[in-house]
Amino acid sequence: MSSFFSQDVPLSWYLLLSAVLFALGVLGFLIKRNLITVFMSIELMLNAVNLSFVTFAHQWHAVKGQIFVFFVMMVAAAEAAVGLAIIIAVFRARATLAVDRIDLMKL
Amino acid sequence: MNVIFPLWLIPLLPFAGFLINGLLGKRLPKALVTTVALLAPLAAFAAVLNAGLPIVFPFSSAYLGHAAPTSYIETFGTWLNIGTLHVDFSFVLDQLSLVMLLVITGVGFLIHIYSVGYMARDEGYARFFSYLNLFLFFMTILVLAGNALLMFVGWEGVGLASYLLIGFWFQKTTAAEAGKKAFIVNRIGDVGFLIGMFLLLANFGTLTFSEIATKLGQDPGWTGGVVTVAALCLLLGATGKSAQLPLYIWLPDAMEGPTPVSALIHAATMVTAGVYMIARNHVLFDHSPFALGTVAVIGAATALFAATIGLVQNDIKRVLAYSTISQLGYMFLGCGVAAYSAAIFHLMTHAFFKALLFLAAGSVIHAIGDEQDLRKMGGLRKKIPVTFWTMTIGVFAIAGFPPLAAFFSKDAILYAAFQQGSLGKALWFVGLLTALLTAFYMFRLWYLTFFGESRSPEIHPHESPWSMLGPLVILALLSVAGGWIGIERFAAFLAPATGPRAIDAGSGNLELILSIAAVAVALLGWYIAHAFYSQKPERPAELAVALPSGYKLLSNKYYVDEFYGATVVKPLLAFSTYFLGWVVDKAIIGGLAWLLGGISLFCGALLQRWQSGNIRSYAAWLAAGAAAVLLFVAVPWSSVLASIGIHLNWAGH
Repeated sequence: MSSFFSQDVPLSWYLLLSAVLFALGVLGFLIKRNLITVFMSIELMLNAVNLSFVTFAHQWHAVKGQIFVFFVMMVAAAEAAVGLAIIIAVFRARATLAVDRIDLMKL
Repeated sequence: MNVIFPLWLIPLLPFAGFLINGLLGKRLPKALVTTVALLAPLAAFAAVLNAGLPIVFPFSSAYLGHAAPTSYIETFGTWLNIGTLHVDFSFVLDQLSLVMLLVITGVGFLIHIYSVGYMARDEGYARFFSYLNLFLFFMTILVLAGNALLMFVGWEGVGLASYLLIGFWFQKTTAAEAGKKAFIVNRIGDVGFLIGMFLLLANFGTLTFSEIATKLGQDPGWTGGVVTVAALCLLLGATGKSAQLPLYIWLPDAMEGPTPVSALIHAATMVTAGVYMIARNHVLFDHSPFALGTVAVIGAATALFAATIGLVQNDIKRVLAYSTISQLGYMFLGCGVAAYSAAIFHLMTHAFFKALLFLAAGSVIHAIGDEQDLRKMGGLRKKIPVTFWTMTIGVFAIAGFPPLAAFFSKDAILYAAFQQGSLGKALWFVGLLTALLTAFYMFRLWYLTFFGESRSPEIHPHESPWSMLGPLVILALLSVAGGWIGIERFAAFLAPATGPRAIDAGSGNLELILSIAAVAVALLGWYIAHAFYSQKPERPAELAVALPSGYKLLSNKYYVDEFYGATVVKPLLAFSTYFLGWVVDKAIIGGLAWLLGGISLFCGALLQRWQSGNIRSYAAWLAAGAAAVLLFVAVPWSSVLASIGIHLNWAGH
């Protein structure tokens, strides 16, 4: 592990990468119209957070952060299962995945 | 004789009848409705007899010189117990309430029988009887009540029953209006009753009649002042219920109700509640000569006033209504000269002969097809003989011919009035004048209805069924014999309840002379009526033409309704319409509601923009919120603010 996180790469780079990924996720969430892309943007945000968790865990030699990442991945997996199922249901019902047109409470 | 049913059975029996007929009457067969309706008052009458026998029988022994019996009180629970205010559910049966109860349930039962015939073809048959039973329930409570508050329950209840029964044919606008008028005018009197009760409570700390009497009895010097005010307030209540000046105006209109109702409620029983109330509170009135004088003057004035109006009325029931007001005036006169027993005596005989007259009038109306106008009657003597003869007895009774009932009772009142100084003599004269007018208008009614030629030849009268004639005959017998007991014995019987007779026995000669005078004016009234309506039927019209202003004044009932309309009703209506209706209701209340609604609508319109239903806009708000939180947390605000000269003072830091 320690060989992967080289001392050469400073902590801030990881955090910067995490922030960029998160911002990309937010941006994609806000501007993309396709529901699947929106969904992927959410995954991107989750993984950006995971990256910062791992970074800090390594920095402070605290295992809690890494355990938390497992929790997040587990929730993300569950979310993917449920979310994709919903997306399929939406597509079947409305024949579209454009977010703008799914603006009624009832499907 | 040993088994005495509890007193609460007396009101409860009619109430059961009311419940059964009121709730189920529409679905029950008519025969069953009739049975229930008749059984209720009959059973109540039996219960009264049962409870009253021990009081009546010692009376006969008291008459023979033994100890007079006392009343008995039945308490079945506490109603109110608040601080010093303690009110029980208590019934009192004494000589006074016994007489009233016998009249109410006895005459009430007869009128129930009569109604079976009279209302036979009415759609609201069961409703009618349930109301009548409800009336008996409240009336017996009124009479049995041992304290003023319980009496007030009955007092209001009979007002309700009266309202329901006057407006029984509520599809008729006049009937519905008359019911409202009766109720509202009575409310004015009830305010007086209520204030009187408050005064009694404030000064005696109790509303129980016997306790008030005891407290007053301990202090014979306690007269005038608050006692007078309380008595006058109670008197106002009595004038409302008993249709005396100035609140008599509802009774003539109450004739819109079915005739049995007029007989039972607006002649025999309910309207006498005021007289009963004064007699029940006689100790209070005895302590206030001024209040007593007011009662007497109001009574005499009402008697004369109503009698003059009665002279020219053309509706057979309205003549009787004014006659009732006039006779109630006699009773008030009797109370006012402290001859309570005479007043109650007249109340009893009046219940007999006035119920008889009303029922006979109802029989006449029934016979000629719901026609009440005297001008369209005439010549009915041979067509409806039983009605004719019973009504004749009633007419002679009310005119005061011996040996019929009213001769004794009216004489007792006039005799008592005559002995009360110069004012009493003036009142006696007014009473005598009223007797003359009474004889005149009753014989006028008699001649117009039964004699001469029929003025509506197209009508074919038919005698009423025996369910109606039977009560007439019984009441006629009572009207004949009701007075034979004599005021001396009656007063002795009532003495434990109404106090010893205030007037001395006097010389037999004076009483005889006064009696002869009374009979003389009755004969005179008969003679005048005969001269006007039998010998020369065109005379009344000539007189009306000769005295146009006098006739107009009388036939328009002294314009009292118009006067009240202009001075009370119209200003109230204007106040309600313009101030309460427009200013308070529409401007203030309506404006406030409009303002509140407008604020909500405006806020809603603003907030509505957030709820676009667009997921991405929600997400944007979410991101903006998160960014704001992040900004708040990440930036060291205190140092930023400190750099521009603001120091936050966090509590505890």
